[in-house]
Amino acid sequence: MSTQALRRRRLDDIEGVELNPVRASSNRAFQVLAALAVIAAAVLRLAGVNLALAAVGSYLAFVVLVHLVYRVRNGGRVAADKTAKAVLYGTFIVAIVPLVSLLWTVIASGGATAVNPDYLLTSMRGVTGVHDRATVEEGAPLIGGAYHAIIGTLIITGLAALISVPIGLFTAVFLVEYRSKGRLATAIRFLVDVMTGIPSIVAGLFAFALWAVLFGVGTKNGFSGAVALSVLMIPTVVRSAEEMLRIVPNELREAALALGVPKWRTIVRVVLPTAASGLAAGVTLAIARVVGETAPLLVAVGVTQGINVNPGDGPMNTLAVYAYNLFKYPRNPGYPDPSLDRAWAAAFLLILVVVLLNLSARLIARFFAPKTTG
Amino acid sequence: MAKRIDVKDLNIYYGDFHAVKDVTMTIEPRSVTAFIGPSGCGKSTVLRTLNRMHEIIPGAYVKGTVEMGGKDLYSKDTDPVDVRRRVGMVFQRPNPFPTMSIRENVLAGLRLNSKRLSKSAADELVESSLRGANLWQEVKDRLDRPGSGLSGGQQQRLCIARAIAVQPEVILMDEPCSALDPISTLAIEDLINELKEEYTVVIVTHNMQQAARVSDRTAFFNLEATGLPGELVEMNDTRIIFSNPHKTATEDYISGRFG
Repeated sequence: MSTQALRRRRLDDIEGVELNPVRASSNRAFQVLAALAVIAAAVLRLAGVNLALAAVGSYLAFVVLVHLVYRVRNGGRVAADKTAKAVLYGTFIVAIVPLVSLLWTVIASGGATAVNPDYLLTSMRGVTGVHDRATVEEGAPLIGGAYHAIIGTLIITGLAALISVPIGLFTAVFLVEYRSKGRLATAIRFLVDVMTGIPSIVAGLFAFALWAVLFGVGTKNGFSGAVALSVLMIPTVVRSAEEMLRIVPNELREAALALGVPKWRTIVRVVLPTAASGLAAGVTLAIARVVGETAPLLVAVGVTQGINVNPGDGPMNTLAVYAYNLFKYPRNPGYPDPSLDRAWAAAFLLILVVVLLNLSARLIARFFAPKTTG
Repeated sequence: MAKRIDVKDLNIYYGDFHAVKDVTMTIEPRSVTAFIGPSGCGKSTVLRTLNRMHEIIPGAYVKGTVEMGGKDLYSKDTDPVDVRRRVGMVFQRPNPFPTMSIRENVLAGLRLNSKRLSKSAADELVESSLRGANLWQEVKDRLDRPGSGLSGGQQQRLCIARAIAVQPEVILMDEPCSALDPISTLAIEDLINELKEEYTVVIVTHNMQQAARVSDRTAFFNLEATGLPGELVEMNDTRIIFSNPHKTATEDYISGRFG
């Protein structure tokens, strides 16, 4: 058959298609089937079936039933729509279950301990297995808290931010404003991308090795940890700041330059303020990213049980390391529960810090955002 | 205050690309000069060399001289920042600073350079600049609102107010009305007529009626083919360019036979 004949036949085929009349489809059957699926899963569970098996089984049945019911009632097009909807709901639940479960576990296990002022305001100095046995056997109050770890987290993360934010911002300004093309810019971008993928333990080892060379083997202190975190933070800051500076319209730079404003003032007074909301949000998220790091800090900072507010002098403690340490080495291996409670509470505090940082990133973004109407 | 501009044998390059060749022209003070010509003929490029905005594009450079009031803008001891302060510019798309209020936008040229200014002097400058841009009556009650909340035509007049607040000698306009509706365009054209009392105005436009309406002298640019440099074909009094041009290319363009 010639191509022309083929083309004509295809056209005829298309013309021969009868369009499905559109019928309004109700959501009722979908909801009823979803409710039935939940009930079925509960019944199966009560009948002794494994929870995962019950959930997956009734979900699959639900998808198939949705498809069949809508195919019979409304035709193939609506059935495809509802089936896709059922699948999307399923994947959403699969994505949300671990999150909710994790949050719930941490809140249930650590929430009560974490809001106790004693826990927030004491360190672990002098707390021994004897105290933990007393807590379990005689009902004595839990003593020993995370004060030193909270202080350490704030100091080390703050120092890391102090190091990374200027370096990251200046690099981004260089990449966007001064050398957006060329071999040097490509090389820097490549290295930043490579740095983004560095495993955090490597950053910790780097800081540990650097400190070994500079101050003697085995030197562990807060500054070393801040350097390790900076290695992780700088590429994130560079990347987000670069994106933010790039979306500042070129017209604004031209407007300022045409008014006789030098380039550096244009960057400081026009480009950076215009991008301020994005920059602040990017920095906050970068901080949130490193605040929970454990391995590099364990290597570079070490662990201590007492309060140390001097990052230049010996090991400090941080929330993530504190949680790991108490989980791995309970004060009293025979009575691990008090130690586990403290670890859960530290995990809870860490999640709280990250949530607060994320919220403040949003607030900062809204606060700095250029106003368009007023 | 207004200065004459003498351009001699100006050649403009973007890296290897020769964009405009051998432009020689004189721009008279206290008058409006219009640049017309088809897209890509280099009229905006020539305009941007008049305040050295051309060179912010990496790899761009010029050969030849541009003298303003007898001083070469491209001599070694001329600071481009100083040139741009004395030669103001208004762009195609209105571009008020989004982080600043109307008042701050007008004062931007001074504030961004950290010039100290008393409150009363600043108030006076804001009012005179906005009056100069025919915008005062419309915004005097909302000077602290964001400049980006104004309409397009108002934003463009705000940009003109911002440009004249630094008291330049020359004002360059790169298609200032092409993003505006006819009524805003009329407002800007009226304003251009008032501005030429005090300033030298150079305007690039695609709209030949606009060039005929607002300008005293007109320069017609053309290019022979894509990839070849643009050149100045003819420059004369606007009246002559639009009634009795000396070159056939000019006549073809203004009568709409090509372009």
